Amino acid sequence: MMLLWLILIPFLGGILAWAFRGPHADAPRWVSIAALALDLPVLALACRAPSGAWLGRLNLPWIPQLGINFELGLDGLSLLLVLLTLLLGIVSVIISWTEITERTGFFHFNLMMSLTGTIAVFLALDLFLFFFAWEVMLVPMYFLIALWGHERRIYAAIKFFLFTQGSGLLMLVAILALAFVHQAKTGVFTFDYFALLGTPMAWSTEFWIMLGFFIAFAVKLAAVPFHSWLPDAHTEAPTAGSVILAGVLLKTGAYGLLRFAVPLFPHAATAFAPTAMALGVIAIIYGALLAFAQADFKRLVAYSSISHLGFVLLGIYAWNALALQGVVVQMLAHGISTGALFILAGALQERLHTRNFAQLGGLWASLPRLSSLGLFFAIASLGLPGLGNFIGEFLVLLGTWQRHPVFAVIGAFGTVTAAAYALLLVQRAFHGQPRKIEAPDLRARHIAVMAGLAAAIIWLGVSPQPVVDTAAPSLAALRASAVTLGPGAP
Amino acid sequence: MASSMISSALPFLILAATPVIVMLLIAHRRDHRRTASVTAAGLVASLAAILLARSAGTATLTPLFLIDGYTLFFLFLILASTLAVLLLSYSYLERMHDGPYDEYYLLLLLTALGAAALLASLHFAAFFLGLETLSLGLIGLIAYPRQRERALEAGLKYLILTGVSSAFLLFGMALIYLDYGTMSFPALGRLWDASPASDIYAYAGFALLLTGIGFKLSLVPFHMWAPDIYEGAPAPVTSLVAVVSKIAIFALLFRFFVLLDGYRSPSLLWVLSLIAILSMLAGNLLALLQDNLKRIFAYASISHVGYVLVALLAGSATAFAAALTYLAAYAVTMTGVFGIITLLSQPGTLHDADRLETYRGLMWERPWLAGAFTVMLLSLAGLPPTMGFIAEVYVIAAGVGAYLALPLAALIIGSAIGLYYYLRIIVVMLSPATGRAALPARARLGAATVSVLLVLLVWLGVYPAPMIAGIQQTVASLSFVPTSTRNASDIFAPQHKPPVKALAASKARDRNMFNF
Repeated sequence: MMLLWLILIPFLGGILAWAFRGPHADAPRWVSIAALALDLPVLALACRAPSGAWLGRLNLPWIPQLGINFELGLDGLSLLLVLLTLLLGIVSVIISWTEITERTGFFHFNLMMSLTGTIAVFLALDLFLFFFAWEVMLVPMYFLIALWGHERRIYAAIKFFLFTQGSGLLMLVAILALAFVHQAKTGVFTFDYFALLGTPMAWSTEFWIMLGFFIAFAVKLAAVPFHSWLPDAHTEAPTAGSVILAGVLLKTGAYGLLRFAVPLFPHAATAFAPTAMALGVIAIIYGALLAFAQADFKRLVAYSSISHLGFVLLGIYAWNALALQGVVVQMLAHGISTGALFILAGALQERLHTRNFAQLGGLWASLPRLSSLGLFFAIASLGLPGLGNFIGEFLVLLGTWQRHPVFAVIGAFGTVTAAAYALLLVQRAFHGQPRKIEAPDLRARHIAVMAGLAAAIIWLGVSPQPVVDTAAPSLAALRASAVTLGPGAP
Repeated sequence: MASSMISSALPFLILAATPVIVMLLIAHRRDHRRTASVTAAGLVASLAAILLARSAGTATLTPLFLIDGYTLFFLFLILASTLAVLLLSYSYLERMHDGPYDEYYLLLLLTALGAAALLASLHFAAFFLGLETLSLGLIGLIAYPRQRERALEAGLKYLILTGVSSAFLLFGMALIYLDYGTMSFPALGRLWDASPASDIYAYAGFALLLTGIGFKLSLVPFHMWAPDIYEGAPAPVTSLVAVVSKIAIFALLFRFFVLLDGYRSPSLLWVLSLIAILSMLAGNLLALLQDNLKRIFAYASISHVGYVLVALLAGSATAFAAALTYLAAYAVTMTGVFGIITLLSQPGTLHDADRLETYRGLMWERPWLAGAFTVMLLSLAGLPPTMGFIAEVYVIAAGVGAYLALPLAALIIGSAIGLYYYLRIIVVMLSPATGRAALPARARLGAATVSVLLVLLVWLGVYPAPMIAGIQQTVASLSFVPTSTRNASDIFAPQHKPPVKALAASKARDRNMFNF
C-alpha cells in the first residue's frame, strides 16, 4: 500500500496546492514541499517488503475485463529514480520562489501532477498503467512550458507535445500488439509485465513491436534523429520546467529502455544493439558539437544533455554489468549537474534578462558566488574525475569496450568535446572584461540548494558504491531476463 | 409473451406518448416551465423503463423493430443526451426573451423518437421512418431562434441536404429491393449469402445507400454541410446534431453492416476504410484552420466518427465493445462541450459564444467552467484521466486485433494533429484575460448538468471497469455479433499466421487485404 501512497501523496499535494492558491501566494509552495518531503519517508517505508530484486510490490485489480491491473513494483533502479524525482521536485519548487509569482497555485498543481506521473512511470509494472502514467506526465509539462515559459513558449510546448504524444501512440500500438500476440500464444489477454516477459514471437514480429517501444523511448531520451524537440522545450521552459524535464522526464526514456524495450524483446534488441549504440555515439558527438556552437546559455546546456544521454543509450545497449552501472550513475549525475546548470541559467535570466553569451561575460567580479558555482557544475558536466559524471561516463565506456571497442573509442572523444563546450560556457558567461552588474548575487535560498546539489555530485563521484549496490540486484534481474545480450553475444 | 413484449417496448411507448401529452398540454396553456418539466419527466420515465426492458430480454416487434441489448444501450445514450440537452436548453431559452418556447420541447422529443426508431430498426421502412422523424425534428430546432439569420440559413441548408440525402437513400433502397425482393436486413443477409451481390443494381444500391449514410454522418467526402450547420444552429441543438443523430445513424450502420456481413465484400471494406481514413485525416486537418469553436467541433466530430469506423471495420466482439465504449465517451464529452458553449452564450445576440477570443482568460474568470472545458478537451484528444482516453485505447486495441494497418496509421496521425487544436483552445483559456463582453449570468441547472457530465467523464476514465463489464455483457448477449475474433498472433509476420478459426476460408481471403 505504501507504493500507492507514494503516488497519491504528490497527487493530493498538487490538488491542495491549487486549492490553497487563495490565502497567500507562497501557500502552494509550502504545500508542494511538504508533500514531496512527506513522500521521502514513505519511499523508505515502501522498501520494507523485499522479495528477490523487488523491494516492494502492489497488485490491485483495475479493469479486469481487459486484463489490466494496477500493478506497481519498486526495485533498486526505481528507488534511485524516484528519489531523484522527489529531490529535484523539492529543488524546483524552491528555485521558482522568486521566478514564478503569477498563478502559483496552478503552477504548482502542474508541477506536482507531472512529478506524480513520473513517479508512476518508474513504478508501473502493468503496461497499460505505464502508458497511462506516461501520458499523465505530458499535459502538465505542456502547461508549464506554454504558460510560464520564455519568448517562443507556445511553439516549443506544442513541438514537445506532438513529438512525445505521437511517439506515445506508436508505443500504445506496440503494447497492444504485444498483448494480442501474447493472447494468441497463451490464450490470456493481459498487460502484466511478468506475464509478457519471454512471450515467444516470430522474429519480425518481435522486431517491429520492439521498434514501437524504442522510438517512443528514444524520443523521450532525445536520441539523435528524434532530438529536435529538446533544445526548444528546455530553452523555453521556466527554470523549474527545465530542471524537471532534464533531470527526470528524460530519464523515463532511459528507464523504459532498461525495463521494457530490451527485456521484453531480447532477440530483437540483440540485433538492434549495434544500431542503437551507433545512435548513442552519434548523439554524444553531435550533441557536443552543437553545444559548442550555441550562443544561448540554456540551449548550450540542452545540447550538452543530448550528448550526455548519448552515453546512457550507448550503455543500455552494451547491456553488461559495468555499462549498466554506468548508465544508472550517469542518469543520476546528469540529472543533478544539468539541473544545476539550468538553475544557474534561470538565475542569470532573472538578474540580467538575457541568456545570450553576447550580453553575458565578465560576471565573476560582480556575481562571484553564481559564477563559481557555474564553474563547478560546468566542470562536473565535462566529466572531471571525482565528480559523478566521470564515474558514469567511465563505466559506460568501460562496459562498451568489452562489447564494441569501436563505439567506445569514438564515444571517448565525447569527453574531449565536452571539455571544449563546458569551458567555453564558463569563459563566455563568467570570464572576460569585468563588468559592473546592478544585480544581487545568489541569495541564501539558491546557495543552499546549489550546495546540496554540489554535495550530491561530489558524493556520487567519490563514493558511487552505495548507488551501484542499490541498483545491482535489479540490473542483474533485468540482465537475466534478456541474457542473450550479455558479453560474448555478437 | 405479450406482457414481456410490452415491457420491451415500454421505453419506446413512453417516448412516443410524451409528445402527444406535451402537445395537449401546450394546447391547454403555454407555460415554459410546465412543458419543460413534463418533457423531462417523459424522458426520465423512458430511461427508467429501459431497466424493465433489459430484464425482459430480446424482442422482435413486427418485422420492423428489434429490441435487444444493443438497442437499449444506445437508447440509454440518446435519452440521457437528450435530457442533458433539455436541461441546458431551459435557461438558454429563458435568456432568449423571444417566445414561445414550448414547441422546442416537442421537436426535441420528436428528434429523440426518430433516433430511437433508427436504433431498433431491422428493415428499410423503419430505417427511413426513423430517419425522417429525426431530420424533421432537427430542422425545426436548428432554425428555432428566428431572429438569427444564420440559424435560418442553417435550417434551410439542413432541410435541402437532408432531403437530397434521403433521396439517395430511397433510391438505394429501391435498387436493392429490385435485386433481392426484400427490405428486411436479416433476410437481405441470408439472400446475399446465397448469391453474393454481383449485378450492377445491387452495387449501385449499396453505393447510393452509403452516400446517403455518409451525408447523415457527415463523413468525408460528404461532410461539407457540417460546419455551417454546427455554426448556425443554437448551441444546445448543435449538441443534438453532433451526438444524438450521429450515434443513432452509426448504430444503425453498424447493425446493418454486420447483419449483412459486409465483411465478405472486399470492395465494400475498401470503400469504408477509405472513408474512415479520409474522415480522420481531413477532419483533423480542416479543424486546424478554424477560429470558430463550433466549426472546430464540427470537424472534430467528423474525425471522431472516423475513429469509430475503425471499430466497425474490425468487426469482432472486441470491436463492438470498443465502438459502444467510444460512442458513450463521445456522447458524454460532446454534450459537455456544447453544454459549456451553451452556458457561455447570450441567445439574444447574433451568434453563440463560439469565437475563440471569447474564451481568452476564461480560466481566471470562471475557473470551474474552464477547468471542466479543459478536461473535456483532453477527453476529445484521448488523454488520461478521461473516458476519451479509455475509449481511444479500446478502439486502437480493436484495430490492432484485426490488423487494420492503414486505418490505424491514419488514426494515430489524425489524433496527433487533433492535439494541436484542442491544446490551442486550452492555451487561449489560460492566457491572461483581455477586455471583452461580459459573460452571461450563471445558470444553475446547466452548470449542474455540466458538472454531472464532468464527474462521469473523469470517474469512468479512472475506473472504467464497471462500464466495460456492462458493455461486454451487452455485446455477449447479442445474437448478431460474430463470436470469433480474427486471430491476432504475430501481426507483423504474415508467413506465420495461423489459419483464421471459425471463419469461412473465402471470408479470410477477403480480409487478408488488410494484412501486412
